[in-house]
Amino acid sequence: MTATDVRDRALPARIASFPFPFPTDTYRYSTNVEPALAPRSTAAGSWGEHVLHVDEHYASDSAECAALLAADPTRLQELPHMRPAAWDAMLYVMGELRRARPDAFGLDRLGGDRWRWRNALLRIEQEFTFGDDATLPSGPLEFVAPQVQDDLVLLDQREGALWADAGVVTAAADWSMRFDVGMSFPEIHGPVPRVHPEGVIDRAHQFLMRLQPGEAYRRTNWTMTVGRRLDTATETYPEWGPDRRLVLEQDLGARLHLRVEVQHLVRLPSSGAVLFLIRTHLLPLEDLARVPAWRDRFAAVLEELPEDMADYKGLTRFRSAAVAWLRGAA
Amino acid sequence: MSVPATQLLRVTRIRAVTDRVREIRLADPDGRPLAGYAPGSHLVVTAGGTRNAYSLTGSGIAPGDYRISVLRTGDDGGSAWLHDVLRAGDLLAVEPPRSAFRPELAARKSFLVAAGIGVTPILSHLAAARAWGRPVEVVYGYRPGEAAHLEEVRQLAGPDLVEAQGRVALADALRERMAVQPWGTHAHACGPAAVLDLFTATARAAGWPPARVHLEHFRAPELSPGRPFTARLRRSGREFPVPSGTSLLEAVLAAGVEVPSMCRQGVCGQCLVPVAAGRVDHRDLVLDEADRLASTHLLACVSRAADTHLELDL
Ligand code: HEM
Ligand code: FES
Repeated sequence: MTATDVRDRALPARIASFPFPFPTDTYRYSTNVEPALAPRSTAAGSWGEHVLHVDEHYASDSAECAALLAADPTRLQELPHMRPAAWDAMLYVMGELRRARPDAFGLDRLGGDRWRWRNALLRIEQEFTFGDDATLPSGPLEFVAPQVQDDLVLLDQREGALWADAGVVTAAADWSMRFDVGMSFPEIHGPVPRVHPEGVIDRAHQFLMRLQPGEAYRRTNWTMTVGRRLDTATETYPEWGPDRRLVLEQDLGARLHLRVEVQHLVRLPSSGAVLFLIRTHLLPLEDLARVPAWRDRFAAVLEELPEDMADYKGLTRFRSAAVAWLRGAA
Repeated sequence: MSVPATQLLRVTRIRAVTDRVREIRLADPDGRPLAGYAPGSHLVVTAGGTRNAYSLTGSGIAPGDYRISVLRTGDDGGSAWLHDVLRAGDLLAVEPPRSAFRPELAARKSFLVAAGIGVTPILSHLAAARAWGRPVEVVYGYRPGEAAHLEEVRQLAGPDLVEAQGRVALADALRERMAVQPWGTHAHACGPAAVLDLFTATARAAGWPPARVHLEHFRAPELSPGRPFTARLRRSGREFPVPSGTSLLEAVLAAGVEVPSMCRQGVCGQCLVPVAAGRVDHRDLVLDEADRLASTHLLACVSRAADTHLELDL
C-alpha cells in the first residue's frame, strides 16, 4: 500500500462511489453493455448497486433541473404518442428511487390504478391515477424529472428501429434533446467518429431492440468538463464553451473534471418503450489523483487517446496540460 | 437473447372459458408485485415437460395477476397437462413475459383481427387501447359456441366490434373493413395460419403498406436454452457437461477457467474464446459471416455446440 492510500484511507463518498470507467490503459469505443443492478468495485470503492444513485447533490441537482426546465421548456420534448411511455417511465423511476432509498421514497398502490408517491427529500406527497394526466400537477415526465438526478430519454420501437420520441435532458454533454427528438438511434449517433464502420452502433441498436420487459443494462461514457457544470447542452454553449479555451495554468486540478455518464437501458414494462437514463458524475482531477491507480490510468488513457476521439470529446485544448498535471501529481 | 430465469407462480384460479379453453390465473406465491408487460406479450410455461408460449390477456399495466387462456390441442403435450393435471393452488414454472407483438404507440388507429384462440393477444391490445383512449376497431372471427372471451371483447370494444361467424363471414368482414380504415392505421392479427394468410392477402389487395401489417406468430423465445453437450478444454484436458439452460461461459467459469465477460448477451465481444474442434452454433451479434464460416472463435456467453461435443483451445 502506498503512502497516498494510507493518507486517504477514508475517502469521501464522492470518490469512493465514483464510477471510474477505464478497465485498461487504452480507451476505444465498444458496445460496452453489462447487466445493471450489480455493484462494480473500483480501486477506491464501488458503484452501481442500484439503477438510481441518490447522493449529496440530490437537492441542488433537482433545483437546477427545475430551474432549467422553467427557463427553457424545450429541454422537455414529448411526441404525442409517447404519453403511455412517459407514465411507464415515471412509475419505473419512482419504483427504482424507492428501491435505492426506502427511507426517503415511498410508492404505494392504493388499489386499482391509484397510487401514492412520497418523496421525503423534496417534501412531495402525491396521489395519482396511473394514466390520468389530471391527477398530476404536470405531465408525468415533467413531474418526475426534477426528482431524479438522471436525464431521461424514451425511445419508441417501430419499423425496425428505435426513435428518441421523448425526453428531459438538462445535463447533456454537448447535445440537445430539442434537436434530437424524433430521430432514430443511428441518426442520433451520426456525429460520433469510428463507431459506424466498426459496427458499434449497429450492434447496440440490435441489442436494444431485443431488450425484454423489465431487463436493465448499463454502460459508461466519459468526457471532460471545465468547472463543476452539469449543463453543457448545445443551447448554452456560449456560457460554457469559452471555458474550454481558457489557459488552465492555475487551479487546473480543481477546475478540470473527469465527467462520467452512467447510462442505463431499460425496456419499460407496459408501453414497451426503451428508457435511457443518463447520470452524470463529475470528479475534479485533484480528487481523482487521490487514488493513485486512477491517476496513472487516466493519464495513460488521455495520452494515448487518438486525435479524432479527443477532438470529438472536445479535449484537444487541455489534454496535454491534464496529462502533465496528472503525472506531476504523482 | 439470454436464457431467461424461470419463476414459480401460484395458480390462483382456473375457469372454463369454453368447452376446450380454460383460463389460468397466476400470482406471486409471496404476494410480490408481478412485472408489467407490453400488450401482446406471452409467457413461456413449462407444462408436462414441454415449454409452450401463451399470450397474456390483460393490458399489462402493473398487473395484479397474469392470465393466460389455454386451448386444449390434443390428448398429450402441454395443453392437455394444463387442462387435466394442473389445479388451483399448484405452482407453475414460467419465464417472465416476453414481447414480440406490441401495439404501435404512434399508430393513428389500431385495427385488430382475432380468429379462434388468437383472440388472447388481441384482448390484451384492446384492453390497453381502451386504457389509453387510443382509437381501435376489432374484427373477431369464431365458430359458434367456441368464442373465447366474447363477452369481454364485446364489453371493451362496444360499437367498435365486428363479429364474424365462420371463415366466409370473416373474409367478407376483412375485405369490407380493411378498405375503409384511415391512413396511418396499424393492423394486428392473430389466428390460425390460414386466417393470417387471408389477412395479409386482403391487406395487400387493399394497398396497405407492409410496415403497417403485423402478425402474431408464436415462436420460441429469442434464444432457446439449447441442447446439452460436452465441452472439452484442450490445454487443461478437462471435460464437463454443459446442460440445457446453462451457457458455455457459465460452465467454463464453473470449471475454474477464467474468461472475461461483460454483457452476457452476445454483443460486447468480451467472452471470445478460441475453438479447437467441433461445429459451433453461433448465436451472437458480434461475429460476421466470414468469422462464422472460419469458426476459429466463438462467444461463449450465447453460442453452443452444434453437435454433442465441442473442444475449446483453453
Ligand atoms: C448500448 C447503447 C449505446 C451505445 C453503445 C452508445 C454509444 C455512444 C458513443 C460511443 C458515443 C460517443 C460518446 C463520446 O465519445 O463522448 C455516443 C454519443 C451519444 N449517444 Fe449513445 N450509445 C448508446 C445508447 C444511446 C441511447 C439509447 C441514446 C438515446 C437517445 C444515446 C444518445 C447519444 C447521444 C445524444 C450522443 C451524442 C451524439 C452527438 O455528438 O450529438 N445513446 N453514444
Ligand atoms: S459477454 Fe459480451 S459477448 Fe459474451
